[in-house]
Amino acid sequence: MRRRVVWKEEACIGCRLCEVYCVTAHSRYPGDVLKAFKRDPDRPVPRVVLEEKGPVSFALSCRQCEEPECVKSCLTGALGVDPARGVVVVDEQHCIGCWTCIVACPWGAIRPSRGEQPVAIKCDLCLGRLGIPACVGNCPNEALQLQECGKEG
Amino acid sequence: MAISMRTAPYRVHRDPDRCIQCQVCVRQCANGVHRWDDEEAEVVSEDRECVNCHRCVVYCPTGALTISRSPLDYAANANWRKPDIDQIYLQSETGGTLLTGMGNNRPYPVYWDHLLLNASQVTNPSIDPLREPVELKTLLGRKPDSLELKKGTLAEPVPPQLELEVPVMFSAMSFGSISLNAQKALARAAIDLGIYWNCGEGGLHPEMDPYTGRVIVQVASGRFGVNMDYLNAGAAIEIKIGQGAKPGIGGHLPGEKVGPEVSVTRMIPVGSDAISPAPHHDIYSIEDLRQLIYSLKEATEYRKPVGVKIAAVHNVAAIASGSVRAGADYLAIDGFRGGTGAAPLRIRDNVGIPIELALAAVDSRLRAEGIRNQVSLVVAGSIRNSADVVKAIALGADAVYIGTAALISLGCHMCQKCYRGKCNWGIATTDAYLSKRLNPEIGARRAANLIQAWKHEIKEMLGGMGINAIESLRGNRLALRGVNLTSRELDILQVKAAGE
Amino acid sequence: MEKEGRVRIPSGCAVAGIVNLQGEVFGAGDIIQSIACMHDRSNGLGGGFAGYGIYPELKDYYALHLFYQSPLAREQTEAFINQVFTVKDCGPIPIKKNPRITDVPGIWRYFALPDPARLEECSDTEEEYVMKCVMQINRNIPGAFVASGGKNMGAFKAVGYPEDVADFYRLEDYRGYLWMAHGRFPTNTPGWWGGAHPFTLLDWAVVHNGEISSYGANRRYLEMHGYHCGLQTDTEAITYLFDLLIRKHRLPVRVALGILAAPFWDEIEQMEESAKRTWKAIRAVYGSALLNGPFSIIIGSSHGMIAMNDRIKLRPLVAAEEGDYVYVASEESAIRAICPNPERVWAPRGGEPVFGLLKNKEVSIADSPVVARAV
Repeated sequence: MRRRVVWKEEACIGCRLCEVYCVTAHSRYPGDVLKAFKRDPDRPVPRVVLEEKGPVSFALSCRQCEEPECVKSCLTGALGVDPARGVVVVDEQHCIGCWTCIVACPWGAIRPSRGEQPVAIKCDLCLGRLGIPACVGNCPNEALQLQECGKEG
Repeated sequence: MAISMRTAPYRVHRDPDRCIQCQVCVRQCANGVHRWDDEEAEVVSEDRECVNCHRCVVYCPTGALTISRSPLDYAANANWRKPDIDQIYLQSETGGTLLTGMGNNRPYPVYWDHLLLNASQVTNPSIDPLREPVELKTLLGRKPDSLELKKGTLAEPVPPQLELEVPVMFSAMSFGSISLNAQKALARAAIDLGIYWNCGEGGLHPEMDPYTGRVIVQVASGRFGVNMDYLNAGAAIEIKIGQGAKPGIGGHLPGEKVGPEVSVTRMIPVGSDAISPAPHHDIYSIEDLRQLIYSLKEATEYRKPVGVKIAAVHNVAAIASGSVRAGADYLAIDGFRGGTGAAPLRIRDNVGIPIELALAAVDSRLRAEGIRNQVSLVVAGSIRNSADVVKAIALGADAVYIGTAALISLGCHMCQKCYRGKCNWGIATTDAYLSKRLNPEIGARRAANLIQAWKHEIKEMLGGMGINAIESLRGNRLALRGVNLTSRELDILQVKAAGE
Repeated sequence: MEKEGRVRIPSGCAVAGIVNLQGEVFGAGDIIQSIACMHDRSNGLGGGFAGYGIYPELKDYYALHLFYQSPLAREQTEAFINQVFTVKDCGPIPIKKNPRITDVPGIWRYFALPDPARLEECSDTEEEYVMKCVMQINRNIPGAFVASGGKNMGAFKAVGYPEDVADFYRLEDYRGYLWMAHGRFPTNTPGWWGGAHPFTLLDWAVVHNGEISSYGANRRYLEMHGYHCGLQTDTEAITYLFDLLIRKHRLPVRVALGILAAPFWDEIEQMEESAKRTWKAIRAVYGSALLNGPFSIIIGSSHGMIAMNDRIKLRPLVAAEEGDYVYVASEESAIRAICPNPERVWAPRGGEPVFGLLKNKEVSIADSPVVARAV
């Protein structure tokens, strides 16, 4: 069962709260926006990015492709599909920061992390952190939803 | 350019300890209050443009923002108050009529707050709506004085009726004055609730097709959007003569709000002002109203009720009586606190009378003339909660229209700047970027929740009075007592004083 | 303290009724015993009876029962009566002094027919003419009150317990085919004879236990149709509603009852299409005539007796049948006191009428849409 975050373009208002809550969820203080931004010295970059032109906007994150280009291109095998959880995962221990995946991703959904030895980071659906992805749970206009799909869809 | 003498009415407070510089406020304010300063590398705010709509406050993820009224005031003067002076400064700058939005905000008496409801004690039992049925179904439309039955069935069919599960409807708000998303939200809620929404004078956008089963279509003085399909689409037709917020005044949708979508719906060129004349130019007298009513009835083959909406003005009882005799199947009366997307400030604040008194006068007059049963009365003009609904029905209404309360359920924060078209809540705007802010699914849910909540409360109040069908409250002024009212006001309301 | 009629006074009560379906007359003893059995349901501030078939010799004349507070009131009323009626017979109603019945007004009765010339002149039917005359007395002559004005019937009421009222009026001397009785428990009143039950209008007499929470709506509806609710009592309003629906609008009795205690919308939804349409129309058109709140009523007329509860049965009502007799009362004990083992005893459901209609009279109860209420 593949799972991914999908957006409703007509409901996305471009507020970027998805980014704020993504950062918070992946910080040292996953439940506290204020501390995540004020106290976390290694505040992560958001794994969801708002794309916007005029009134059209949407929050882009990993599409969790069925046959992911990033996984195919990964030199070290750090990227892989976790079939049980239906999500593409990065093993940060094995990531060497070569950015081949960033080049290979047709969506532009992978970014380098901050820090001295940056690794590839991407949407992990907040697995092991929250019940539903933070961006979905905190989208003020219900423009983001967690979708479960079988085949490509 | 000479300096403006106006000062910022509100102050934006940003708590630096809480601000995380995420710039959500920057993106949410269509008035440009908040901006990112590159040099300072922080968000800064400009008070002057703030309208106190709370959009940024609600959206700030850390609660860093609050807004307060500016403490700056003029020398104490009970006569020349701050708004009086500020308005002169503004008019001295612009030379124009002052515009405003939403309903009258002046401290006139709110009669609902001087009316108290009854409840059963000992001599008759109250009814628990959780255990016993309490019926709110309401039928709006013309009714014969009596029925004739032949072999147990109706000798003649009853004229068409609107069937409401709750005696509350969403009042006329056109696409243009509000966003299409706002209209969709209310329309969906109306369908879910078994009530009706009113598309106002602005035609029906093609995207509203799924919601026409429960729409009341309006025919107003500009005749915007009116054609045969439009008339046939409606569950009822409403001739708009006047609006409580601006009796005697027509409508004006500025060209800036007339984008391609509004243009199609109103059948006017993009960018042109949509001006509804003050009177209907084919109604200069009551007999003309009759002609229009019957033209519409003929056009739709007497299959739907045709109502008339009037503003509550001094002579409202006589106008109401004339309208009933002219053939109106229901009468909507809009009090002087009724809302608007745009109205001249002086008109909004000074013309018309309170709906409570107008309703009492109209109901009494129609009864005195023996024609109350023929027509349904729908009242509007600041129904704020379920108690106002109950009081309105006890005074004599069949149902109420709500506009402002419905918009507040969608997120309106009553900043009264609807006429600018820059509504940060995506309601009173046609701007594509801003309109998206109102997700019609969320809006429909919220509006429906509101009416469901009122429905429970109305049942509770009815049950408390020992009444299990709303029609037993209609015009039942014994259910009311007045507090803090003059005997003249009590006479007009035909309500006894508390303690009597 | 203001007299009833100036103020509205809620009250609880006992009611009872007996009818012989063959129209055979019987003495008042049973109804007195039945209502006396429910002594504690009233508080001595009002009791009354109505009997039908009590004036067989003068059955074609309107029997006007009058209360007079003063000789002047009688003088004025009689002048008016002589003007608008042709009086066949008149005199004081026989009474027997009873220490518990005090403040006795002048109590007279007149057997009369409308003055033919005057009736001819106006556009009213005979019944409307009589009704208007009665209302004129009640409204315009201070100190005069018409207790009843139907043919071959009469109301006997007073401030006191019903058994004392019966004794006072020497009811044992009368025989009728339909008797109804009432014991009143007003919550606050100085006690006024006119305010006691039954309340009557032409051929109708109504006794009632309850407090109509829709009174304000009912009253304003009636006023719109020309009724003056001078007494401000529920009973008065119920009587006028019945008169409006049946006499003026010519609705079948069952429909009229279905207006007063309307089927719920849920029940209407389950009816077959034609009945659904009809009841929907009935509720839409006659919503203001729905009686809301608790009541049990007995409605008497020369056609017989009908008893009914409000639609969720918030007041007691028991019915019984024995031979040609139908009994109704607030309590079963009041029936068993006079008919220990009836063939059938039942508690009617809310809104379900009990009919005790004379067998030789035609009443249009059948011509009505099906009421889908499960019995």
